Amino acid sequence: MRVYFDYNATTPPAPEVTEAVVRVTRDIFGNASSVHHFGQQAKAAIDEARSAVASLINADPSEVVFTGGGTEADNFAVRGAADALEASGRTHLVASAIEHEAVLNTLRALARRGWRTTLLPVDESGIVAPDRLREAITADTAIVSVMHANNEIGTIQPVRELAAIAHEHGALMHTDAVQSAGKIAIDVRALGVDLLSLSAHKFNGPKGAGALWIKRGTRIHPILTGGKHERNRRAGTENVPAIAGLGVAARLAAGKLADQDARVGALRDRLEEGILRGVPGTVVNGARTSRVPNTTNISFDHVEAESLLIALDLDGVAVSTGSACSSGSLEPSHVLRAMGLPAHRTQNSLRFSLGLFSTDEEVDRVVEILPRLVEKLRGLTRSMRNSELGIRN
Amino acid sequence: MRIVVAMSGGVDSSVAAALLADQGHDVIGLSMQLYDQAGGEASFGSCCSLDDLHDARRVAAALNIPHYIVNFERQFHDHVVSNFVREYTAGRTPLPCAHCNSDLKFATLLERAQGLGADAVATGHYARVERDAASGRYSLRRGADAAKDQSYFLFSLTQLQLACAVFPVGDRPKHSVRDYARQRQLPVANKPDSQEICFIPDHDYAAFLDRQASGTSRGGAIVDEHGHVLGGHQGIHRFTVGQRKGLGLSASTTGAPMYVLALRPSERQVVVGPKAALERTMLRASGVNWIIERPSSPIRAAAQIRHRHQPAPAAIQSMGDGRAEIVFDAPQIAITPGQAVVFYDEDRVVGGGWIE
Repeated sequence: MRVYFDYNATTPPAPEVTEAVVRVTRDIFGNASSVHHFGQQAKAAIDEARSAVASLINADPSEVVFTGGGTEADNFAVRGAADALEASGRTHLVASAIEHEAVLNTLRALARRGWRTTLLPVDESGIVAPDRLREAITADTAIVSVMHANNEIGTIQPVRELAAIAHEHGALMHTDAVQSAGKIAIDVRALGVDLLSLSAHKFNGPKGAGALWIKRGTRIHPILTGGKHERNRRAGTENVPAIAGLGVAARLAAGKLADQDARVGALRDRLEEGILRGVPGTVVNGARTSRVPNTTNISFDHVEAESLLIALDLDGVAVSTGSACSSGSLEPSHVLRAMGLPAHRTQNSLRFSLGLFSTDEEVDRVVEILPRLVEKLRGLTRSMRNSELGIRN
Repeated sequence: MRIVVAMSGGVDSSVAAALLADQGHDVIGLSMQLYDQAGGEASFGSCCSLDDLHDARRVAAALNIPHYIVNFERQFHDHVVSNFVREYTAGRTPLPCAHCNSDLKFATLLERAQGLGADAVATGHYARVERDAASGRYSLRRGADAAKDQSYFLFSLTQLQLACAVFPVGDRPKHSVRDYARQRQLPVANKPDSQEICFIPDHDYAAFLDRQASGTSRGGAIVDEHGHVLGGHQGIHRFTVGQRKGLGLSASTTGAPMYVLALRPSERQVVVGPKAALERTMLRASGVNWIIERPSSPIRAAAQIRHRHQPAPAAIQSMGDGRAEIVFDAPQIAITPGQAVVFYDEDRVVGGGWIE
């Protein structure tokens, strides 16, 4: 039995989504920009998806721009707004220290072009305190970007309060909602933001499609220039199958938000309790209140997360850590570090994230096998210290 | 048996994994990530770059075995790189590959492997391990391909480590390893061997050391055996015992060609002399590892003082405290502090230590 508890990395597509993607690939192949019947069909499919995404976040369809995913939406929001505001004399960008790299690295790229940037710190709750923004924001600030929910620890940020502060200073508010869209209710009007990113494959949609919601009237430059697609905001022939899949996923998610909270939340809680009780020396990272219902990030004392991750995979359980070792970087999780966790806790943490197809059996399996695996790894650490493998005779 | 194969992305470790998988073992491929490559720069060294890790992954996929990358940057730095720098600073010529084997591959990696339920670590080394059924003792032998033999770099493996070491390609010649890779259609079948120390790009030790420890690149004098100054140098780390090139001394001032006899780090001096002065009959070794039972009285064996050195007959006496005295029957050229002296009984590694 394989257990998949890595929904925050990506999610299995809902059957209706797969069906839509296949059907549209096969039957609605026209270029949406074409005047003829085939183009009109494609355009209709896109429009339907646009409505569904707009409904999910209480927006107007005309405010939704489709992108190739969440990273592109983040780049579009930050870079596109910065480009538009450059001439206005605003010189400062603010984001939280726990943003996804798509935002952080975009900020770094803009810093190399002369923008001043500030990262708002968090404490060990993993939540940005609005006071930190009040301290950092100036009349020069162009954009504030703070994610709605953090991908590693699941904490929900006080976006509404932060947006209000941003607007007091005439700055735009962007929120990366990639990890919250489809999991918790989002109302862009209530949140008061100007820009919001989301990504299909995080809520049972296909990879390769996302969206940036742009509040009507917001000044923003496109980052993909070319044809006049998406009302001149994002050039490139539309990926109709993926967009259609995104639309179906959005519609499904909108109907299941209560379920997420109740069912998935209950599974996550049972998993979390089971681990905390069954494995000594464990602690949850980040505030357990104010969290999306599917995520728990846990530190395991005296265990290398990397070893536990591999051991779990060999036993059929898929989870993740915060660090991206396999891509060449050896940095520990920037999120856990930003929370002020000591080095050994950043190296010892695993993220468990559940979702639509997660079951009680999967939770039981993980709670059952974890103590043994952890004990074995801890035992080895102890005996290595004692027996010194490298003793010369 | 569940076995972890240390996969560098090279053809030897790839074939090692293939052989074990084909023999029906439960093989897990692990690649050690030794340095941070997030910056995307390709050239750190000749091995274990991002490209090499991708090669290892592709081979694992072709063999249908799980593959993981483990982060050993800190351990690699602590056990291999800093030792390398320290040795050069102290006027010695280090052997990092031997430290990597005993302190990383068959230590940290072996621990990880055991944590995953594996009984052994396999590598692509050309060497052979056997267990004597009667005594239960493990022995280490040269690889079957004499030109490729790497037993010299494995001399410091303890019995505990040898018990968990597997060398699948050690019993066959290199060309047959490549043949196997081609036949098995492994993506790396024609990949050239890495010929240099894995973390030094372009053989440029001097540049690497200049970057790592500015203390080594302080210049000083080149002197003869009587202390007369013959010239200057840019850092003792650019020299090794027996070296002839790069001294910047012309034959007209010195007469016969001169060779590096010794390095004096505290005076920052390079001592040179004629070839005859390079000959020594005796050396002392420390950190000696005995693969056979430590002998209480002197033994005779063939002692090898460099990877490319014809082992020479010698009398070897264990002095206790991890030290040994080696007296060669005939004088040897360029005995180099920091290198390993490895004792062989025919093709069996008896033990070895670090030349003082």
